Amino acid sequence: MTAVSENAVSENFDTGAIKTSLERMFRFRKWRNIGVPLAILGYLAYAFVAFDVMGVASRARPENAAILLGDFWSYKIHVTRDNRSGEVVTAFEGERKGTYPAGEGPDWVTPGDETVMSLYGGATARFATENRAVIDVPDFGRVTTQVDGRAVTLTLPEGKDIPDWMSVSRNRVSIDQGNWRFSMTPARTEVFRYQAGWELFFFTLDSPFHGKSIGELVALGLWEPRVSPEHSNIVAMVNDVWTNKMWRHGDVVWAMGETVLMAFIGTMGAGMIALPLAFLAASNFAPAVWLRLTCRRLFDFLRGVDGLIWTVILSRAFGPGPMTGALAILMTDTGTFGKTFSEALENIDTKQVEGIQSTGATVIQRMRFGVIPQVLPLILSQLLYYFESNTRSATVIGALVGGGIGLLLTQAIITQKDWEEVCYYMVLVVLTVMIIDTISGWVRKKFIKG
Amino acid sequence: MTAHTVSGTAEYLALVRRRRLYGAILFALFVVLFASGFSVAENRNAGGFLDGLHRIFDFPKEIFSEAFANWRNLPRLFVAAVPSLIETLNIAAIATLFGGLVGMGLAFLSTRGLALWPRLTPVFRRMMDIMRAIPEIVIALVLIFLLGGGPIPAMIAIAFHTAGALGKLFSEAAENVDLKPVEGLASVGGNWFQRIWFGVLPQVAPNWSSYALLRFEINIRASAILGFVGAGGLGYDLKTALQWGQGKYDQVVAIFAILFLTIMIVDHISDRARERLVKGGKPA
Repeated sequence: MTAVSENAVSENFDTGAIKTSLERMFRFRKWRNIGVPLAILGYLAYAFVAFDVMGVASRARPENAAILLGDFWSYKIHVTRDNRSGEVVTAFEGERKGTYPAGEGPDWVTPGDETVMSLYGGATARFATENRAVIDVPDFGRVTTQVDGRAVTLTLPEGKDIPDWMSVSRNRVSIDQGNWRFSMTPARTEVFRYQAGWELFFFTLDSPFHGKSIGELVALGLWEPRVSPEHSNIVAMVNDVWTNKMWRHGDVVWAMGETVLMAFIGTMGAGMIALPLAFLAASNFAPAVWLRLTCRRLFDFLRGVDGLIWTVILSRAFGPGPMTGALAILMTDTGTFGKTFSEALENIDTKQVEGIQSTGATVIQRMRFGVIPQVLPLILSQLLYYFESNTRSATVIGALVGGGIGLLLTQAIITQKDWEEVCYYMVLVVLTVMIIDTISGWVRKKFIKG
Repeated sequence: MTAHTVSGTAEYLALVRRRRLYGAILFALFVVLFASGFSVAENRNAGGFLDGLHRIFDFPKEIFSEAFANWRNLPRLFVAAVPSLIETLNIAAIATLFGGLVGMGLAFLSTRGLALWPRLTPVFRRMMDIMRAIPEIVIALVLIFLLGGGPIPAMIAIAFHTAGALGKLFSEAAENVDLKPVEGLASVGGNWFQRIWFGVLPQVAPNWSSYALLRFEINIRASAILGFVGAGGLGYDLKTALQWGQGKYDQVVAIFAILFLTIMIVDHISDRARERLVKGGKPA
């Protein structure tokens, strides 16, 4: 019986039609496999021209990249002599707030009538009297420079030409050895030396704790006598770190907090506004069709207007600061949450609601015990996920509205020299996002799934 | 028997009470956090929340009234904004393309069961976490310093972030693949590349394309924002028009409108395409 019917089917089967359709499909696939990569390649070629890659490549400044990468993990100490007054100043990064008290300096600088600096690779430099400087470079010999009125004269070891690490003009001699540099102009003589690390990260030079080892600091904090009479040593240490003038840890922590705050208020506020609206927009709860459609369009509008536009509009009304950033996040996310929450509400199981209704529950009770338990896990995990991703966006929005770590980041980048601070803020942002990620993962596992 | 039931009920009620208590504590904690956070944000903001609330519509009113007065300019400004729009879209598309390719590589390297070097999967996972955590604006600003302004810094910045984000999603999708085809290919002597190419890619292609499309939507927004800090495209035009202030508000409105429309259209198309890919998208 079955065999017969199968036979009948196979006889009715138009094998020719199947064959042609299969062949067509294979042809299509063959062309697609060639065509899609070709289309992408063509697009890339167009973009290569449209983005002017060649032009950018010729304008790029690789030496900037070297400065930037070097600054990320190292710092330099400048030793500068004012050739007119003869005064020698030693300072971190040549900044006023990182200046050593007169007559002091790092161990490679020996102050005195003639300041002697021992540099890398056995080289030394000496600020000699009468505006002379003597530099001994191993394998090359002694280089002497001298200010002569409004010019600088140079004496090289006998029989040597100007090497490629030296640049000489009438009123300037400079030596660049990578990890240390020297320069002399009629106005001043300067040596700086690079070293790894972030300078004065914990204690600045004016702090009594500067230059102490970890062991000494522990001893000072726990049992040694007070350095300053009014505070205990631990309080004084925390205070010195917090008010560090080079790194401004206090301000940075505040700024990071502002950024997290923006994300928190924006996300949670959006959730609180979106939840009631989502009931109005879900087809199984909406009291009226026009209300439902209005809410849907509102969500689409809030989402469609880009965060950038909200930021621009809101910063006119609220001025710069974290509240503005929080509200900009709130606007877009209300749209997103409204959409996802209302979809979740549309997909609930009605049996649970009916069961509760059968016990004579009111509308509110049906919502509370029938609906909310079903959508709550999804809502909470959405909120947590967006909180994490908004912390990142809050950095960008902060740069636009002038609040939080985003503002500090853009300021540090615009100075084009505080790259170690840029690196510090970046590490801070990455750590914060990762911490929030870990916490939200833990909360999700503990309270939502478990 | 009855005693057992009674104690069971009592235990259940105690459990419910305890859960409610925890819920109440969490809720109270949340309210306190939110309220105090709100007041901190309020204090550190230049303008207050309530003061600003009634001024939200002042600026839109101002720009729209000017745009209405000069409505004759709008079509011309619309057309003038198209090249910038194309640049913004290009940045997003190329960034999605490159980011997606790198993300693919990272996903294969960090998926259990498929990884080329299984011991290194945690390393690649951490790498993607960091790539996702670094804000795009930082990379863009640093690259603007190195390469000068223009679309390329923005493209690289967005691609970097996209690689991390897509890598994670891709690897989650790849974790659920059926390993039988892979084993079959291994049994006939297929090398790692052949196993991935013929065994895994066909299975994950629909999901991956859908994620990439979603990312493209997100990247359009990101590329508009990065334009605002000097990376070209619509954002840059918007910034210059806003700095000009009154007299260029018709241009601001044109840019707002074209950005809004583009995002709506792309969202709509990609919504449709993703639905087809994931639900009905079994390859023909």
